Amino acid sequence: MSPADILALSVREAAKAIDAGSLSRGELFETYRARAAADRSSATDGLNCFTWVAGEAPIEDAPAPLGGVPLAVKDLFCTEGVPSQSGSRILEGYLPPYTASAVSRLYGAGATLLAKTNQDEFAMGSSTENSAFGAVRNPWDRERVPGGSSGGSAAAVAAGLAPWALGTDTGGSIRQPAALCGIVGLKPTYGSVSRYGMIAFASSLDQAGPLTRDVGDAALMLRHMLGRDDRDATSLQFPEEIVAPAAERLDGVTLGVPEELTGEGIEAGVLESFRATIELAKELGAELHTVHLPHAPHALSAYYVLAPAECSSNLARFDGVRYGYRAPEAGDLLEMYTRTRHDGFGAEVKRRIMLGTFALSSGYYDAYYGRAQRVRTKIAEDFRAAFSAVDLIVTPTAPTVAFRLGEKTGDPLAMYLNDYCTVPMSLAGIPAISIPSGLSGGLPVGFQIAGPAFSENRLLDAAHALERAIGFDAGAARV
Amino acid sequence: MIDRDEVLHVARLARLALSEDELEPMARELSAVLDHIAKLNELELDDVAPTSHVVEVTGGLRPDEPRKSLPREVALAGAPAVSGDGFLVPSPQA
Repeated sequence: MSPADILALSVREAAKAIDAGSLSRGELFETYRARAAADRSSATDGLNCFTWVAGEAPIEDAPAPLGGVPLAVKDLFCTEGVPSQSGSRILEGYLPPYTASAVSRLYGAGATLLAKTNQDEFAMGSSTENSAFGAVRNPWDRERVPGGSSGGSAAAVAAGLAPWALGTDTGGSIRQPAALCGIVGLKPTYGSVSRYGMIAFASSLDQAGPLTRDVGDAALMLRHMLGRDDRDATSLQFPEEIVAPAAERLDGVTLGVPEELTGEGIEAGVLESFRATIELAKELGAELHTVHLPHAPHALSAYYVLAPAECSSNLARFDGVRYGYRAPEAGDLLEMYTRTRHDGFGAEVKRRIMLGTFALSSGYYDAYYGRAQRVRTKIAEDFRAAFSAVDLIVTPTAPTVAFRLGEKTGDPLAMYLNDYCTVPMSLAGIPAISIPSGLSGGLPVGFQIAGPAFSENRLLDAAHALERAIGFDAGAARV
Repeated sequence: MIDRDEVLHVARLARLALSEDELEPMARELSAVLDHIAKLNELELDDVAPTSHVVEVTGGLRPDEPRKSLPREVALAGAPAVSGDGFLVPSPQA
């Protein structure tokens, strides 16, 4: 097969070709490895998607469901003996002694590590500009951001530098970059994928999931990474197997359109694409209803208390003692801690640690953390009420298309608003997928579908039917 | 609003050194975010139970059986400074 033929394959097709003997694992791996390595070595004029790229094609071995398909993995997943730095200077050069469960499961199904992907530092950001290893560029327009925090994963898949990638989503970090890069991103039900070996940001929200070219590949990756893990006490046994989505129609499916997330604050081109997709859904047989999520407009405020609070606790471990960077020549232990953290963390991470520490401090705990936890309850109740009337909820994924590099770095609040439509689902712990719904001004727009906990099969089916009807052409982003 | 002294207090709690020229921007940015978050005060929440986690885990206990841990040299391999078989740090009262 020619490299162009290989690049045209979905992961399902590539695995099938390997199985049939028309493509070798080495050929597939080397095609992507060479492309990823070229991007890595031209960091100034490339996309800067990667923080590490594998050196050579692995040795062929026994048949496996994923047939040796190369996998790009977000930097924050621990991979034994391979740099895992969560986009941070404080973990520069860190080589973990073990591998994250989600990655181990994909290895077990036959996936091979291709590269580690660039990300916002500790997954805090919506543009992948907060990386100690430099910003990532959007393959649709190199002067624009790929979204974040899984921006390296999203840009790599969109540009054809990796066949698929693993990301994480805390408040939208899989779905928003998938939307801005014109690919598919799925945040599973909280607890369905083990968090063991993920360098933690906000533990009650962090969830691993796939970034892929199409819905079928997202289902395939999810199928092989799900499941209860004794090393993550919050992981759950998924109640059913994930099956390959095959739906072509939406007959009998009721979709809810929440007024609160589909009006004010969403840019015109995004709304236009969203409404066109709704019309397509009707043509496919879906029934559309307006629903209300009255507390959704408060989700962002609650999130920016809860996530920083959890992060301020989780990131206490970076103290220069056991791994990573240590500030030199500190006079005493306390000075070593404070200077290590001053030098090692970037501006946004410091901001969130400060915000979280403040929200948990004496005298403020009830007013901030306590209130935010109560709002979280109301948001989960809003979704439960909505799902008693509709099967799935649809919204735009992000309020805008990809914005210019540097456009929002000076205004944290403007950056946080990127998560307006994705954070409510994160707080409720429910699954949501973003699929490309078209272009606005030549840039991709994402369409988000959310469902009740463990409704992934229904979600993937609906996404599959819509994907077919939309017929999005991602070819322009391939480099 | 959060002022310079409060920023210094929180930074001490967070074990984070901030240079003189970082204090004012930090106070301004935290205040802007806290102003936004203050919208939560508009909600009536007295009778609402807090949610810390969406997954209800009760009795998540495993049998208490000894298992192998990381070998000492592997655990120490990433440390900035090591002495013998432990992590080396500056004295607390140098």
